[in-house]
Amino acid sequence: MEITVRSFWTLLHGMGFGALYLLACSGALVELYRFTVSSAAAGTTSQARPPASSGEERFLKFYLTLMVLLAWTAVLTGAYVIYPWYRAAAPPGADLSLFPQRLLQSSPATSEWHSLGMEWKEHVAWFAPISVTMVAFVFIKYGRDLSNHRQLRAAVLSFAFASFLAAGIAGFFGAMIDKYAPVQGGHTIQLSRGEQK
Amino acid sequence: MSSFNADPRQSVSALPNGSGAAAILAASLGCFALSVLAIAGDKSIAIKNALNFYKPTGPLSGVTTCAIVLWLVSWGMLEWRWGKSTIPISRVIAVALVLLGLSFLLTFPPVVDLF
Repeated sequence: MEITVRSFWTLLHGMGFGALYLLACSGALVELYRFTVSSAAAGTTSQARPPASSGEERFLKFYLTLMVLLAWTAVLTGAYVIYPWYRAAAPPGADLSLFPQRLLQSSPATSEWHSLGMEWKEHVAWFAPISVTMVAFVFIKYGRDLSNHRQLRAAVLSFAFASFLAAGIAGFFGAMIDKYAPVQGGHTIQLSRGEQK
Repeated sequence: MSSFNADPRQSVSALPNGSGAAAILAASLGCFALSVLAIAGDKSIAIKNALNFYKPTGPLSGVTTCAIVLWLVSWGMLEWRWGKSTIPISRVIAVALVLLGLSFLLTFPPVVDLF
């Protein structure tokens, strides 16, 4: 069982940072909604939901900070480690399987994965870290006081959803592009050796 | 940090909304700047070359670096201006959400091709 260095980085970028961020995002959306709604409900006499505890608030602040780190790591590894391998120019007569962008563009059946998929993904992905940084900042700054700022709360949830959407678009196209033109090459890392039959 | 053991019926805000509004508007400005720079780089060879900060990554390096700088600078300026005050936030949030929506739209390649 072996993997090339470039495949390893692609795996780390997509599964390690990107997919984990998407999972974390869905959790954050639910928690942000639950936290702000329960805090807002605590401000009414009806007491419809129990107010969030200080432990829950600390946990959500820590969780959002980790999400910020994940999102920035995902876009930075994507843009500065994997994208240069993806877009490298192929010398004449080269094996296109080592040049994913050229491989996609070599056939009308796959060229749109680059011209639509990668062209959108490479830009829209950056909305995720920008948005979640703002979400984390506002939540860390205001905490439970967000319950007193209805519009601020709604905007924070909207940007958290936008971050999820941006990461989802980037993740979908990243997975599909890697299916049709995987980033390959570099040294081979041997993970284990199987028995010969 | 606001106290968690405060009277639950209390609804008076301890913090002004300016700081949050500044962060929200700056984030949308950053996203919008990124989409505009991406279009500019796509449509003009001169801008594309100017944005080529790191050759292996190409113009994407310049587009994102400039957008991040614009985002952080605008955030700093807005925080300085609004940070300690309460502002009429509805319009700020409406503008931010419109800019964010436009940003998604302006990075979508079929829309970029219209320019």
